[in-house]
Amino acid sequence: MSQAPSSQPQPQPQRTPLFEQHLAADAKIVDFAGWEMPIHYGSQLNEHHQVRNDAGMFDVSHMVVLDLTGDKVTDFLRHLLANDVARAQTPGKALYSCLLNENGGVIDDLIVYFMTDNWYRMVVNAGTRDKDLAWITAQAEGTGVEITERAELAMIAVQGPNARDKAHTALGATIDPARDLKPFFAAECGELYVARTGYTGEDGYEIMVPADQAGATWDALLAAGVKPIGLGARDTLRLEAGMNLYGQDMNEEVSPLEAGLSWTVALKPAEGETTDRDFIGRAALVKQKTAGLVNKLVGLILEDRGVLRAHQKVVTECGEGETTSGTFSPTLGKSIALARVPVAASEQCHVEIRGKQLTARIVKYPFARNGKSLFE
Amino acid sequence: MSNVPTELRYTKSHEWVRTEADGSVTIGITEHAQELLGDMVFIELPETEANYTAGDECAVVESVKAASDVYSPITGEITAVNEDLADSPETVNQDAFGAGWMFKMQPEDAGEIDELMDADAYQELLAEEDH
Repeated sequence: MSQAPSSQPQPQPQRTPLFEQHLAADAKIVDFAGWEMPIHYGSQLNEHHQVRNDAGMFDVSHMVVLDLTGDKVTDFLRHLLANDVARAQTPGKALYSCLLNENGGVIDDLIVYFMTDNWYRMVVNAGTRDKDLAWITAQAEGTGVEITERAELAMIAVQGPNARDKAHTALGATIDPARDLKPFFAAECGELYVARTGYTGEDGYEIMVPADQAGATWDALLAAGVKPIGLGARDTLRLEAGMNLYGQDMNEEVSPLEAGLSWTVALKPAEGETTDRDFIGRAALVKQKTAGLVNKLVGLILEDRGVLRAHQKVVTECGEGETTSGTFSPTLGKSIALARVPVAASEQCHVEIRGKQLTARIVKYPFARNGKSLFE
Repeated sequence: MSNVPTELRYTKSHEWVRTEADGSVTIGITEHAQELLGDMVFIELPETEANYTAGDECAVVESVKAASDVYSPITGEITAVNEDLADSPETVNQDAFGAGWMFKMQPEDAGEIDELMDADAYQELLAEEDH
């Protein structure tokens, strides 16, 4: 038996304000992007089902919160991002977008919240913090836009069919302003910022909370029956929900058009505008689209016994592809994957696992949402 | 600290070996190994009558987290595999040293078993890995 290679330990791993809470809950701690994070608290499978069936919470304080301010911040973001913040001009409205380089490759994916006319909040990945900050700062030069990292904010994602109810029970009047939020909207609740967003395919909140209140918030949620969930289940939940993971399903070498993210690229002029918006990477994407896309991202369901993992060879009638993420799906009871394959591929393919060709079905993802499998 | 039964022999790669009355051996992965790997979801076992040399990869355990190879602790022939694991791989999590056994072998040289670690030596290995 051998251990799968783990990521290189960082010289000085960082801890979130919830580290003591993880230890108290018997977490198995691993290094994740330089952070000591809980991979599970006993059973990844049970944690997965807990979120699909009831309510669970994730410490996502390692993620990076940036506030962007300035009179020209809207224009700046309309140039910086592949999605168009003109689509999000109501306070609290959240928008998912890719951050592209000039070649149309994905530097990171992120969520941006409209706060006021001269203030947006952005949440980017922990593993890409340094390069994101360098890129955004360089682009902001001369625009008057100021970028402030809100490292003092912790973040707790509460997810599951009962997540919102339990969060309101736990946190009381403090988060009342969040009660009537529509999906993909957020509200300021005193010092908390509560968004009806997530990375699991379930309803719930992502709660930004000052570090010194994070422990108390976590403990209150715990007392209301919200169970701690590790990064392991976070990955199986997001994969079932068909949500991309940066660094796996897309990266700087892959365009969002070939990563299943065309819906996040606003190529058409915004409502009421007649000219195209000029954003970084646009020219490359238009060129790619005109030439015709070569690959697409699809879902795979393994029909033979086994487990799909990232970077396995996929053989289709139209050529070869590769899995970008794969796992055992606890909700389907079968193995699933996201795979990049030739655009014409459909129905069936074979995946090479340890020299064997196993049969898989090509499907449209998501695989599961709102507590249920979307496949028989 | 994990449970380490004294009547078994162990490998550095966390397999356990039990010698049966008829001279055959039963092989599985240790409690410590299943803890590290987490929830098992698929186990690929060797074919019966296949021959392996000590140290060969002969089975694969897949947890939700990752795939790991299982190595043949000795040289010999596979005489039986635990078919029940096909439908309930979680047995390895629940009872690593009992119902979670993986395969049986007929050793070419029974002396090879004595060269494996005893429970004390394996405990020491676990203690070292803890650091």
